[in-house]
Amino acid sequence: MIKFRLEERAKSPYWLIILSPFIAILVAIILAGFLIVLAGANPFQSYNQLVIGAFGSKNSVAETLARATPIILTGLAASIAFRAKFWNIGAEGQLYFGALATTLFGTGLVVLPSILMIPFLFIMGALAGGLLLLPLVLLKLYYKVDEVVTTLLLNFVVVLLVSYLLEGPWKDPMSLGWPQGKSVIGEGVLPQILSKTRLHLGFIISIFFAFSVWFILSKTVIGYRIKSVGLNAAAASHAGVPIFKTVLIVALLSGGMAGMAGVTETAGLKGYLTLDLSPGFGYAGIAVAMLANLNPIGVIFSGVFLASIYVGADAMSRAMNVPTYLADVIVALTVLCILLSLVFVHYKILFFGAKKND
Amino acid sequence: MIMTTLLKVEKITKKFGDLYANDQISFDVKKSEVLAILGENGAGKTTLMNILFGHYTPDSGNVSFEGNAIEFGNTNNAIKLGIGMVHQHFTLAENLTVLENIIIGRQSIFSLSLPKRQARVRILELSKKFGLPIDPDELVANLSVSEKQRIEILKTLFLDCKLLILDEPTAALTPQETDALFSTIRNMIETGLSVILISHKLNEILAVSDRIIVLRNGSSVGEIDTNSADREKIAEMIVGKKIDYPQKKKIPRKSKVLSLTDVSYKKTDAPNLSSVNLDLYGGQILGIAGVAGNGQTTLAKILSGHFKPTQGKIDFEQAKSVHTSPKSFMDLGVAYIPEDRNSDGIVGDMEIWENAIMTELDDPFFRNSLGIIDKKTSFDRSENLCERYDVRKQSIRQRSRLLSGGNVQKLLLGRWLMRNPKIIVACQPTRGLDEGAIASIQKLLLEAQQKGSAIILISEDLDELLTMSDDISVMYKGMLSNPTQTSSTNKLSIGLQMAGDGF
Repeated sequence: MIKFRLEERAKSPYWLIILSPFIAILVAIILAGFLIVLAGANPFQSYNQLVIGAFGSKNSVAETLARATPIILTGLAASIAFRAKFWNIGAEGQLYFGALATTLFGTGLVVLPSILMIPFLFIMGALAGGLLLLPLVLLKLYYKVDEVVTTLLLNFVVVLLVSYLLEGPWKDPMSLGWPQGKSVIGEGVLPQILSKTRLHLGFIISIFFAFSVWFILSKTVIGYRIKSVGLNAAAASHAGVPIFKTVLIVALLSGGMAGMAGVTETAGLKGYLTLDLSPGFGYAGIAVAMLANLNPIGVIFSGVFLASIYVGADAMSRAMNVPTYLADVIVALTVLCILLSLVFVHYKILFFGAKKND
Repeated sequence: MIMTTLLKVEKITKKFGDLYANDQISFDVKKSEVLAILGENGAGKTTLMNILFGHYTPDSGNVSFEGNAIEFGNTNNAIKLGIGMVHQHFTLAENLTVLENIIIGRQSIFSLSLPKRQARVRILELSKKFGLPIDPDELVANLSVSEKQRIEILKTLFLDCKLLILDEPTAALTPQETDALFSTIRNMIETGLSVILISHKLNEILAVSDRIIVLRNGSSVGEIDTNSADREKIAEMIVGKKIDYPQKKKIPRKSKVLSLTDVSYKKTDAPNLSSVNLDLYGGQILGIAGVAGNGQTTLAKILSGHFKPTQGKIDFEQAKSVHTSPKSFMDLGVAYIPEDRNSDGIVGDMEIWENAIMTELDDPFFRNSLGIIDKKTSFDRSENLCERYDVRKQSIRQRSRLLSGGNVQKLLLGRWLMRNPKIIVACQPTRGLDEGAIASIQKLLLEAQQKGSAIILISEDLDELLTMSDDISVMYKGMLSNPTQTSSTNKLSIGLQMAGDGF
């Protein structure tokens, strides 16, 4: 009988750290390939269609990057929070709160020149996302209420609130009965950055924030504190790191990122608030953050990757007549494979026989 | 008297990766003998015992018990042969009675009832024979540490053990309880049992063992008859070099730096304190003795700002504490060495330099006004700290958890000493460290005292308290005795107080 044992590596080789996510993605794609076969299609042709759908033309690239925009922001939200072991599963709700703030301030209540209006909307969206998280983080800090439960459940509350507002007081009278909010005023709309596509300024902004978050986490005192609180809060507190303040900042930053994802969708992609503004961007952010191993720069790439799967899978399903749900399967498999690959990065596997003769 | 060999260990080798946890270790245990195994943390003691008891399979080597080779990797086999082990952390079911705990391992899971009657007779018999008084119907949850240990020993005796392995058995006992344990061990030897004792407390080993084996870095470096053993020589063998034992110099008391008046803590999250009074002076080392769990940790947490007392007041020399938080106490000059250095002291997955500056991040010296960490200053500080306090590392960019326990403690203590603290609250600062590291830590604390720091030393090691402290108080059930001068007290009377005498 062959037994094996895991042994921790003192230092993981760099090539392995770099290569492991790619191998994991490859494995996930192969595994999903079997499912495509089960769905009755040729996996090679299907993947070909997927790649064409995601990157085959200027328009599809733009579509992929536009889709990546909110996912990068929610991915950053998860990265910041998870680094501090603050399990914010509520990016979906925070995204919608950001969208509500955009609708409240961006549809005529405040009118500023574009150069001020856009930053203003982002600030309001970030504040809204952060404020939504604030009572939950206080509950956690004062009464040890589990944030996984509260952030997750609040998502549904927020979505119902949005639904109420769009069916009721905030319903746009010009919408021909559709439940949607008033359009964001021209000064607040995020300009296109690629002509005749839906790719808007939000993409650049999300990349800007990815770099900002990277800078905060790796260079500043607050980033250092976030790391120490996440890795060992007890030890950090003994060394005088203010746990309360740090977790509070984490929550505000995390909620803020998710809130801004609501701004990019409302003021960028659609121009108004709808009920289907986010097909689960908040949850996708968690997968994105995991894929990037919580690295903010990595979030850009994993965000684009995830977006390309979703956009490409639509094309694939139309061309090959396979279900679009395959996109979710591929994403889920990728996350699992990445998590598994981390085991190989951190541990060596030693095989040995059960019996040895000397 | 002819001594027959009970256990024979031949050239046991066990590798973990590239590390030899045990390298060609050979020894034997005779009938009616106490063999002590000494060594630093990581010397391979636990690995060796786990091989004997069937938890691990060695890479090579043989072990025979009463002439029969033992089957590796099979704990049941070890038990059947007559090897019993009492682990440092007990393996008792708290919600069962003493009797049930002792017999539980023996029953087939399909049997519907426990043969309690015969078992009770046998247990009481064993209990009498070996001087291990117990009440078979008491719930284990209600027992003290030393009583639980008795149950563990009885459990092995009940299984007809011939060789008992005791892993750090005195770690949580008072001196009186330790003496009782040793007399039990002697009883066992007289009836023909053998004992392997693992400990790092040299005095105890010298008191109770017949022979000593010293392990270092996985190899056996010597075997000594206890009769001809010399304390300092053994300590040197353990560490592999001459140890520079610290010398205490008394310095005149300076002004009062801290006083607690009627401080109580009554909550359910930690052992309570009732009306603790305490005065602390600059240049004083106040030792606090007590059996674990009597409130010492709670006191330490109050003194370091982690807990807010439910009653009473804390006065510092320069200010009343207005706000209870670790940070504000730090700013008043308090340094806190937590009891568990790995879970409360160091962030193992952060690099050494990151740990070294963790206390300093509000200092503008280490950051600019935008909150960006000044790496150069931080690195310099860390190198400086490691050099000054002899933290042995490969690089300050190394992950901290790769450091040995002694080096972690030197890093933590050094981090505070760099700040010239007024008050040092040290909880079990040398627990689990090897002799060499203990000496360095004690020396650092004494140096701080010479510089005028006031030190509260909470320790379960009475030898340490007696050599280090100027005065000693004892904690018992949340109460703190008035301090006695160390010169006018001794182990015996402290031990009595630890058991509740005078409270």
